[in-house]
Amino acid sequence: MTNEQDKILGDVTSGDYKYGFVTDIETDTIPKGLSEDVVRLISEKKGEPEWMLEFRLKAYRYWEKMEMPQWAHLFIPEINYQDIIFYAAPKQKVSLGSLDEVDPELLDTFSRLGIPLEEQKILSGVAVDAVMDSISVKTTFRENLAEQGIIFCSMSEAIREHPDLVKKYLASVVPVTDNYFAALNSAVFSDGSFCYIPKGVRCPMELSTYFRINAANTGQFERTLLIADADSYVSYLEGCTAPQRDENQLHAAVVEIVAMENAEVKYSTVQNWYPGDKNGKGGIYNFVTKRGICKGANSKISWTQVETGSAITWKYPSCILMGENSYGEFYSVAVTNNHQQADTGTKMIHIGKNTRSRIVSKGISAGVSNNSYRGLVKVLKGAENSRNFSQCDSLLLGDKCGAHTFPYIEVDNPSSIVEHEATTSKIGEDQIFYCNQRGISTEDAVALIINGYAKEVLNKLPMEFAVEAQKLLQISLEGSVG
Amino acid sequence: MLKVKDLHASINGKEILKGINLEVKAGEIHAIMGPNGSGKSTLSAVLAGKEIFEVTHGEIEFNGKNLLELSPEERSREGIFLSFQYPIEIPGVSMVNFMKTALNEHRKHKGLDPVTASDFLKLMRERKELVEIDSALTNRAVNEGFSGGEKKKNEIFQMAMLEPKLAILDETDSGLDIDALRIVANGVNKLKRSDNATIVITHYQRLLDYIVPDFVHILYNGQIVKTGGKELALELEEKGYDWIKNGEQN
Ligand SMILES: Nc1ncnc2c1ncn2[C@@H]1O[C@H](COP(=O)(O)OP(=O)(O)OP(=O)(O)O)[C@@H](O)[C@H]1O
Ligand SMILES: [Mg+2]
Repeated sequence: MTNEQDKILGDVTSGDYKYGFVTDIETDTIPKGLSEDVVRLISEKKGEPEWMLEFRLKAYRYWEKMEMPQWAHLFIPEINYQDIIFYAAPKQKVSLGSLDEVDPELLDTFSRLGIPLEEQKILSGVAVDAVMDSISVKTTFRENLAEQGIIFCSMSEAIREHPDLVKKYLASVVPVTDNYFAALNSAVFSDGSFCYIPKGVRCPMELSTYFRINAANTGQFERTLLIADADSYVSYLEGCTAPQRDENQLHAAVVEIVAMENAEVKYSTVQNWYPGDKNGKGGIYNFVTKRGICKGANSKISWTQVETGSAITWKYPSCILMGENSYGEFYSVAVTNNHQQADTGTKMIHIGKNTRSRIVSKGISAGVSNNSYRGLVKVLKGAENSRNFSQCDSLLLGDKCGAHTFPYIEVDNPSSIVEHEATTSKIGEDQIFYCNQRGISTEDAVALIINGYAKEVLNKLPMEFAVEAQKLLQISLEGSVG
Repeated sequence: MLKVKDLHASINGKEILKGINLEVKAGEIHAIMGPNGSGKSTLSAVLAGKEIFEVTHGEIEFNGKNLLELSPEERSREGIFLSFQYPIEIPGVSMVNFMKTALNEHRKHKGLDPVTASDFLKLMRERKELVEIDSALTNRAVNEGFSGGEKKKNEIFQMAMLEPKLAILDETDSGLDIDALRIVANGVNKLKRSDNATIVITHYQRLLDYIVPDFVHILYNGQIVKTGGKELALELEEKGYDWIKNGEQN
């Protein structure tokens, strides 16, 4: 009976990665390896001001003395940082007036990824910044947004054109010294997106960034900084893919969000980095630090993530709830299949009075994968009447995979209430047979059950993204039940 | 419609069905009775195509097709419906979504377009009335937290939605209160047509007062040991299974 089920599960989870193609494009790369000189070279290539170079060098010197963290429930093979290329940029003219000047190969890549980069897709109402390897390729809708005072551009541009904002906020949420990968990112980050929403402005469209690793042996270290000034609102989407390669590639990003008084930021991620093949060969190591601060009273930050890709995921989008009545949310679906490993969750740090947070985590494990939820809810002394609710569910497909939950709760205020619920369930052969008996194929039955299970999180995504994410879940688990 | 010939089936090498012969024609109602563990649910699971049971011998023909070559979902689309003795809970999947997916699969099989949202809701409403099932139930996840009786009602509701050619009701009456029993039986009778057939598995003659069978079969130790008209059920109720067992020994 177990064998039967394993066979079934084996069949549905053996789908193929469909973003595994490589774009044939000329790339400007620097030699492999990391040193102070490399950091200087990156900064020079990007024509950065002195203060930025200082920032990087400080980070690099700090990183050098650090050690890779070991606490996650992950098996991480040793990473040889001298074997990684820290800067790769598609070769093209420096400034782009219109889309016509973008390399057609590149446009083709992004259109294969389904990114509405072309002008004709403007109607879809998504402003996109696309980051290939290390460089931000094109930001659509710039002028449109600028009319309302919204700044949405690449990080490199922001450093050049809005140095005061960057100086003020960069590393203000994730300090350079925060952790190993944050320090590494601070030293070598190549590009990323920058966004500023001025006071009282509701950003009229979804802002979105697509990250793509293309070049071989390259690490991607993007840096995103999002500032929502008082009474503003923005919804931000992030998508990630990479070609299929036999060797592992490193992705270590940092995302920082600042929400001022009454501001609301929704940050949604659909992460689909190449997960490696069925035998666990290749795939992206995804070590990401994402953190937002609800600085002002009544501010709100909401993280929604659908994680299906990467060989290894290490990621804890967090909220620092400083302003009174501020609210933090974390909604996550993390799928692991085959040999994938994920250790993901969130941190909610309650500092202000009446702060609230909500955590909904849905793990799905198939194959021989390992899926861990790790979450910290910390209530500081002054956080009167704060509340947290956490729901951590795990769904298992088959019996060779693992699901683990590591909730850490630290409460220093007696008027606060922290609730945690956890469940583990299995897609049973009986459930599938029940669906079959009503005429529903096994594959559709699994999709139905998974979507039902993840519904609460998928509902949090913007419409088009939710549909995309639903398909992605299906594809990621294709072949695991048959 | 259904022809079962010398059917043997086993699980983990243990033979459960030991040569079943059964013929069901369109328009007929067959009742199958038999002591616990005699193989009634196994027979229905084998007819529905549950793979953990291995068919070691015999044939099943359904409307001219070799049923044993069809997957469970294909059998369903061909018109076989099983009302489960123990309906399964599927958390998170709404009844509406579940039923719509199932109905559209059946429609696709018949070469029809997917049902429109408004037609679907209309059909739901209509069929809900047939089995007097509460709307609150169909707005919930499939069987999740349903009481035993509600689950059984929900099975018949699904049957009403899919309009099968052959419905197999595995102890649908157990767990139903007296009113629900009457309602469910009425529902089954209303769905009865000259071109469909029903197999009713039950332990109690009571149900057969409502759903009147053309034939009653007694399944014992993996074989149909006796077949008769509806009076056989009465006789059984009176004499118990010892009568059959002793009969076998004689
Ligand atoms: N999955 C299984 N593994 C092992 N034995 C099984 C399995 N399923 C059924 N059996 C055995 O097969 C025999 C017939 O079971 P079945 O469920 O068909 O009986 P039934 O006639 O429906 O009984 P009841 O009236 O109690 O519902 C029983 O002895 C049972 O233990
Ligand atoms: Mg039974």
